[in-house]
Amino acid sequence: MSGNGKITVATTWLDGCSGCHMSFLDMDERLVDLAQHIDVVYSPLVDAKELPEHVDLGILEGSISNEEDLHKAREFRARCKLLISLGDCAVNGNVPAMRNPFKLDDVIERAYRENVDLNPQIPTEGVPALLALVQPIHGVVPIDIFVPGCPPHADAIHYVLTELIAGRTPDPGRVTRFGA
Amino acid sequence: MPIRAVQPNVRVVTLNIDGQDLSAREDETIIEVCRENKIPVPSLCWLEGLSVVGACRLCVVEVDGGPRLQAACSTRVREGMRVQTNTDKLQRYRRTLVELLFAERNHVCSVCVSNGHCELQWLAQRCGVDHVRMPYRNASYSVDSSHEMFRVDHNRCVLCTRCVRVCDEIEGAHTWDMMGRGSGCQVVTDLAKPWGDSESCTSCGKCVQVCPTGALVKQGTSVGEMVKDQQFLSILARRRSHR
Repeated sequence: MSGNGKITVATTWLDGCSGCHMSFLDMDERLVDLAQHIDVVYSPLVDAKELPEHVDLGILEGSISNEEDLHKAREFRARCKLLISLGDCAVNGNVPAMRNPFKLDDVIERAYRENVDLNPQIPTEGVPALLALVQPIHGVVPIDIFVPGCPPHADAIHYVLTELIAGRTPDPGRVTRFGA
Repeated sequence: MPIRAVQPNVRVVTLNIDGQDLSAREDETIIEVCRENKIPVPSLCWLEGLSVVGACRLCVVEVDGGPRLQAACSTRVREGMRVQTNTDKLQRYRRTLVELLFAERNHVCSVCVSNGHCELQWLAQRCGVDHVRMPYRNASYSVDSSHEMFRVDHNRCVLCTRCVRVCDEIEGAHTWDMMGRGSGCQVVTDLAKPWGDSESCTSCGKCVQVCPTGALVKQGTSVGEMVKDQQFLSILARRRSHR
């Protein structure tokens, strides 16, 4: 809880397209009502640059594809009481995981050399190293609530958040599914 | 189990399913009685009008309180039978079965032509599969687009064999069959020739319509566009059984 009694929420995206965060914004005017109950303390949608030490609810979009994703997921798990896997990339790997049947070197070669016309080179500085295997988030840290969908509909996200605010355990399977 | 011809003078038995007392013809299977009485039992390989293989095990039920689960599609009703279709144990088994199907091959719903019209996707939602607990195999399977009208994507195949059965039993062509074992098992056209080179295929498209997933689809369909129509099957199957 923050000082004003609101539930603190942190979100971030790992290897995803940000579509789940866009779906979050698609809650439109309902965001105003939600803001009476939650405080977004860290997110691509707000200015804060540091994840606070203690957060009530963490929301992760995207899969675990590189070392930074892994670090962020572990940090969120350590600091958030409740952790939500939001969207298919987070829940099942989805499109990012479609590289898994191929060798990592082949994937990098394809992306940074074969399909590049100008000055092809493999980036090594300032970018996190890719992991050999893309994993859903629950493959690396325990997850409390799974919200599948590509992206989950704004109504589904709204349902999950309002149930949590009301102190109930949401059943996202009622309102969303893989590929929804 | 072959498709049975409808016989006159069959006895009627009474049985109890989930606390409901029901009557049924003695040549019916549990799943048929459940379907008639709107008792929801999930299934995947079973399809009305085709023979029964009992391969997917999603329709398992508890019979007479015994420990051995029975497939509702391949178990005939008996007088006095007591059936449970939705216990905690059954829900747990079904959920695990669906998760294993997702872990085995590459079912990426969001980019699948059958997104929104897929029986596996529906089953996952219905069986409470909001994530897959076991690691994905991430094995690569081939896609055969050699047929001018249809395509087979083995990444999406669940090996239900509906295509094999409809091609053999309804179309009479037997273009489809099975090849290999375990994770290497796959459906093949003719003797594992490219589908486009098949001499037996009549291009009727029945296999595409009965396929529960995005494994067999029409060429030219994009994400979510492959809607299947299985109405022909019950009509044709009924006519065959009256021959």
